[in-house]
Amino acid sequence: MAQLTRRTTDLLKPFSAALSSTRLLTTTSTTPITVETSLPFTGHKIDPPSRSVETTPQELMNFFRDMALMRRMEIAADSLYKAKLIRGFCHLYDGQEAVSVGMEAAITKKDCIITAYRDHCIFLGRGGTLLECFAELMGRKDGCSKGKGGSMHFYKKDSGFYGGHGIVGAQIPLGCGLAFAQKYSKDENVTFAMYGDGAANQGQLFEALNMAALWDLPAILVCENNHYGMGTAEWRAAKSPAYYKRGDYVPGLKANGMDAFAVKQACKFAKEHALKNGPIILEMDTYRYHGHSMSDPGSTYRTRDEISGVRQERDPIERIRKLVLSHDLATEKELKDIEKEVRKEVDEAIAQAKESPMPDPSELFTNVHVKGFGVEAFGADRKELRAVLP
Amino acid sequence: MILVAYGRQVDCAYVFGEDVGFGGVFRCTTGLSDRFGKQRVFNTPLCEQGIVGFAIGLAAMGNRAIAEIQFADYIFPAFDQIVNEAAKFRYRSGNQFNCGGLTIRAPYGAVGHGGHYHSQSPEAFFCHVPGIKVVIPRSPQQAKGLLLSSIRDPNPVVFFEPKWLYRLAVEEVPENDYMLPLSEAEVIREGSDITLVGWGAQLSVMEQACVEAEKDGISCELIDLKTLIPWDKEKIESSVNKTGRLLVSHEAPITGGFGAEISASITERCFLRLEAPVARVCGLDTPFPLVFEPFYLPTKNKILDAIKSTVNYYSSYDKSSPVHQHTLLEKNHLWIYAFNALDRRVA
Ligand SMILES: Cc1ncc(C[n+]2csc(CCOP(=O)(O)OP(=O)(O)O)c2C)c(N)n1
Ligand SMILES: [Mg+2]
Repeated sequence: MAQLTRRTTDLLKPFSAALSSTRLLTTTSTTPITVETSLPFTGHKIDPPSRSVETTPQELMNFFRDMALMRRMEIAADSLYKAKLIRGFCHLYDGQEAVSVGMEAAITKKDCIITAYRDHCIFLGRGGTLLECFAELMGRKDGCSKGKGGSMHFYKKDSGFYGGHGIVGAQIPLGCGLAFAQKYSKDENVTFAMYGDGAANQGQLFEALNMAALWDLPAILVCENNHYGMGTAEWRAAKSPAYYKRGDYVPGLKANGMDAFAVKQACKFAKEHALKNGPIILEMDTYRYHGHSMSDPGSTYRTRDEISGVRQERDPIERIRKLVLSHDLATEKELKDIEKEVRKEVDEAIAQAKESPMPDPSELFTNVHVKGFGVEAFGADRKELRAVLP
Repeated sequence: MILVAYGRQVDCAYVFGEDVGFGGVFRCTTGLSDRFGKQRVFNTPLCEQGIVGFAIGLAAMGNRAIAEIQFADYIFPAFDQIVNEAAKFRYRSGNQFNCGGLTIRAPYGAVGHGGHYHSQSPEAFFCHVPGIKVVIPRSPQQAKGLLLSSIRDPNPVVFFEPKWLYRLAVEEVPENDYMLPLSEAEVIREGSDITLVGWGAQLSVMEQACVEAEKDGISCELIDLKTLIPWDKEKIESSVNKTGRLLVSHEAPITGGFGAEISASITERCFLRLEAPVARVCGLDTPFPLVFEPFYLPTKNKILDAIKSTVNYYSSYDKSSPVHQHTLLEKNHLWIYAFNALDRRVA
């Protein structure tokens, strides 16, 4: 994945500036390195790919920076929510960052992604800017959906991000429709339709799987298994929490979703598979640090030890930090500096987003139907009120 | 608490839904599973269509199946089960089978910042379905009595709870088991100039408008419909025959809302008695907005304006009257409301 920072605003420091201080990168940033995934893959009706993943110093540093940026953004969103600058329902992604960055590293922006409401970081991964994120979260004009959607409704058409869906499971069959269109146009692209372990119990998933398999669609169904659907642990809700196997006749692959390289390898493998043979399920074993949404402290249905255990042993950013250090690509201080910079970028984006105006009141009526389709609304009393579209 | 009263009485009642065993997102079922056992109060997977279909089967075996849909916005995956299975089971089996023991509870309506998928009022969709009942309480006390009636009613009931009230409403609720009759509207404020009909959380907004109108010498009669189908036409009819005017208000979008049905029926029944067209003050015909929630909602001021112009309907023909100038301004009204609402929010 290219650097997220490049796509943020001009005010922000480009990525290369951050790297110039690090030692090896300028000369050998593209020298291949091979890393092992932390755990083997498990396959269902398929031979899993190798654990050795090719990467470069540049990619390692990108992973570090991109995930640090995502983490910082989500933590800032938490504070903004508590300050009541963000309203509504807000679901954070911290802990799951490796899924987004690993996936992006394996695919192109012509491949489509569609996901549920936990969408901020997926949007960022697709090249969205911090300003668009924060402005949307705060319901401002500069938001990626013009401030009309809020947290659950991030979209980015120019890089194939079909968003942000609030109804659990509804996005999965949509993903099959996207994949059908891709197959029809023979453009060798695929769709990643993402859903949670809770969503995996919705009937729509199984309808989607059947259609995808019946028509050999280039659809990759990505189950982000963070082990809880709201307060319900996976085993309470699913007879078989082996989500990668639940497609029965559809092959599946389970990967460590806390390891960006495992995710990258799995997605690369899945894309090749899907283009040749049709759908595949990828189960990403991951974890969300925050509660389900802002009204959930996240500690009533799981122990604090469980959370801190994952932070200590499986954290996706720490894993990359260790790899960077062990390959001597940067010093600890340099990585800390990157984190500081990222923090600054986030703060600057928030400041900008706060300056962004509320959407014009007429936006209440726009996009209900196509422009000029006779959008009408009614005012007080019996009097009709026609909103003139700008 | 309400469900406790029920559980105590009958041992064939089951309560289930997403996270219900832990108390549910709105804590409505807190402590129930400890009290009545995990066999009778339990979590389901996240699958609304399955939840309702399962509940229909359970009810068909003679049980009281009380299913929770976490938010009314998520009832749509179960729409087919409700419309095609639950509502027609008795009819199409020639009364061999029914799922009368089925009650589906779902929180509905605005919460202040819920956005598109945590705010909707879908009652009208269900009012178009013969074979089910739709009940919406306005307060905790009402909720208990109406819910117990709904559970015991021999027909499947969709019971929408105003989530606005979960946090705001405080009321003495009797400990004992009591029922409030379904399909019986209640006059909660008597008046002589205009009849106002609503349900659920909207009633408290309407009540404030009634109080304001009274300061201008307008006497409003406020009626809580409580059961939307089958609804108490007679009570509304007799009230309108007294006042000669009707206003209906709900949060759901105006077009195709249940207000339209009330308006049409009362116009048929009271045509010669009506002194003004029936006024509807409802949600706008837009998706439920996030930042524009205060613009969208049928607020007190919108209702108050509608009360005044309905009561002054004839005099507004007099071009020189201030009321007429008032209506001329109306095209801009929404924006005025909007900005007022915003000011209040910012303040
Ligand atoms: C149809 C529907 N039912 C219920 C909900 C409420 N709800 C939102 S998220 C969620 C849990 C989903 O869990 P999971 O699929 O594991 O995703 P995660 O939140 O863990 O990312 C529930 C029950 C909803 N949004 N839509
Ligand atoms: Mg989950």
